[in-house]
Amino acid sequence: MIIHQLSIFLENKSGRLTEVLEVLGEENIRITALSVADTTEFGILRLIVSDPARARELLKEHNFTVNLTEVISVSAPSEAKYYAKVLRILSDLDISVEYTYAFSVGDKSIIILRCSNSEDAIKALKSHELELLKASDLYKI
Amino acid sequence: MDRDGIRHVQSERLRETVERVYFNVPYYRNKMQEAGLGPESIQTIDDIKKLPFTTKTDLRDNYPFGLFAVPMSEIVRVHASSGTTGKPTVVGYTRNDIATWSEVMARTLTAAGANRNDFIQVAYGYGLFTGGLGLHYGGEKIGASVIPISGGNTVRQIQLMHDFGSTVLACTPSYAMFLAEAIEESGIKREELKLRVGVFGAEPWTENMRREIEDKLSIKAIDIYGLSEVIGPGVASECPVQNGLHINEDHFYPEILDPKTLEVLPAGSTGELVFTTITKEGLPLIRYRTRDLTRLHYEKCSCGRTMVRMEKCLGRSDDMLIIRGVNLFPSQVESVLLEMSEIKPHYLLIVDRINNLDTLELKVEVDEAFFQDKISQLESLRQKLQNNLENSLGLGIKVTLVEPKMIERSEGKSKRVLDKRKF
Repeated sequence: MIIHQLSIFLENKSGRLTEVLEVLGEENIRITALSVADTTEFGILRLIVSDPARARELLKEHNFTVNLTEVISVSAPSEAKYYAKVLRILSDLDISVEYTYAFSVGDKSIIILRCSNSEDAIKALKSHELELLKASDLYKI
Repeated sequence: MDRDGIRHVQSERLRETVERVYFNVPYYRNKMQEAGLGPESIQTIDDIKKLPFTTKTDLRDNYPFGLFAVPMSEIVRVHASSGTTGKPTVVGYTRNDIATWSEVMARTLTAAGANRNDFIQVAYGYGLFTGGLGLHYGGEKIGASVIPISGGNTVRQIQLMHDFGSTVLACTPSYAMFLAEAIEESGIKREELKLRVGVFGAEPWTENMRREIEDKLSIKAIDIYGLSEVIGPGVASECPVQNGLHINEDHFYPEILDPKTLEVLPAGSTGELVFTTITKEGLPLIRYRTRDLTRLHYEKCSCGRTMVRMEKCLGRSDDMLIIRGVNLFPSQVESVLLEMSEIKPHYLLIVDRINNLDTLELKVEVDEAFFQDKISQLESLRQKLQNNLENSLGLGIKVTLVEPKMIERSEGKSKRVLDKRKF
């Protein structure tokens, strides 16, 4: 249930994001989800890709600072109340969400969460009968 | 005094100085003995070539008072400047040294056109830095009214300049530019101010900057030169002709050196400026290497003075930077970086002058092992590094985290610094 997300340190400089995508594109790596957290001077690019280990190697060869980060993913109907429910379950258990992002496929939302404790989060969400996605599920989207 | 007269005075004073350091400073005695020299080896000023050089490192190795040539009971003042390893460079003055300093500063101010009727606003920092008190004593010596306002607090600077009717401003040239703009913005009209002369130094500045200051403030801007090791401000200064800085060579004997071969170069050559103090008692310095690059001119100046003139310094023979009047060596930055494991000591220091104030930016690479996908973590790392640097350097600095390998790898230090200022 744990998904390995790529986290890439990027300077806020035009062309850097393009370079990352070009490196991955040349090796036919697929991107399921992408999110950028930024400050005025630097940012962190977060990617869910088809082959994270390979993607990491490729980016390292091109001198990017890159790490794999554990995240979890939930599939729920794309209505606000379901996203709220997910977050409520976690906050009730004092599991903090460091960041989250989501995208829709049809009438479903795919929610990505970075939690302080992934294992506990998975257990809690499962016990509320929420659908957790495996890495292989995500790569197929 | 003609050149022969000057040389005669210099020879006599050098003999006395060498005798004093030989008998009172073990460091100098050892160095002279190693070179097979005794006090009798030095008869005229030309014999100075036989003497060994002194460097900033020698001062630091003898920290704090090891090179003083008098008992501490004779020292009436100490000043200090920032150092590369956390240890400052310490200088000591006897009562006679303070009198000498006042005298050379009085000459500086007189050459700039100041007299007893002037109000001198001293906006150099007071304290361990020699700028403030140097100008202060010189101003009192010529009988002017001194306003010891010290640096900063621009609003008050302008208010007192206006209300007291300051006629002479003494500060760094970059602060003068800053003040000029602040005066414009304050709405005070130029004709309400009585300012007529500026005495500016402690950092490099260009002829363009001079014209801009003179234009904006409608004053004559005079360049002054000094370093605390030699005495502070008052080592050399311009006359109204503004064609080089007259060195007070009856107190500070200048030579120009090839910094690589250490050979003394003939008059008119560009090289490193070296000073021997020939009247100082507290901390006499023998052939002190300033690392400043310049040229000397011995022809009589059209102002009538016969004292040798030095050109505006053209640069440094080491990698020292002068930022807002503060000395900075890149090695100081490096030692802070080496203490932090989260950072690779690959850096680029960018110096610029924006709105007439020096700015300092450090680009540094994040270590991959530390990178953990959290903005807050990177931001706090950046803040921590910035605080550590500011505490250690005594200078504000902007830290920017960059991707690895973005900074060119090189063994030479020159690539570590990008100085965008134009001197």
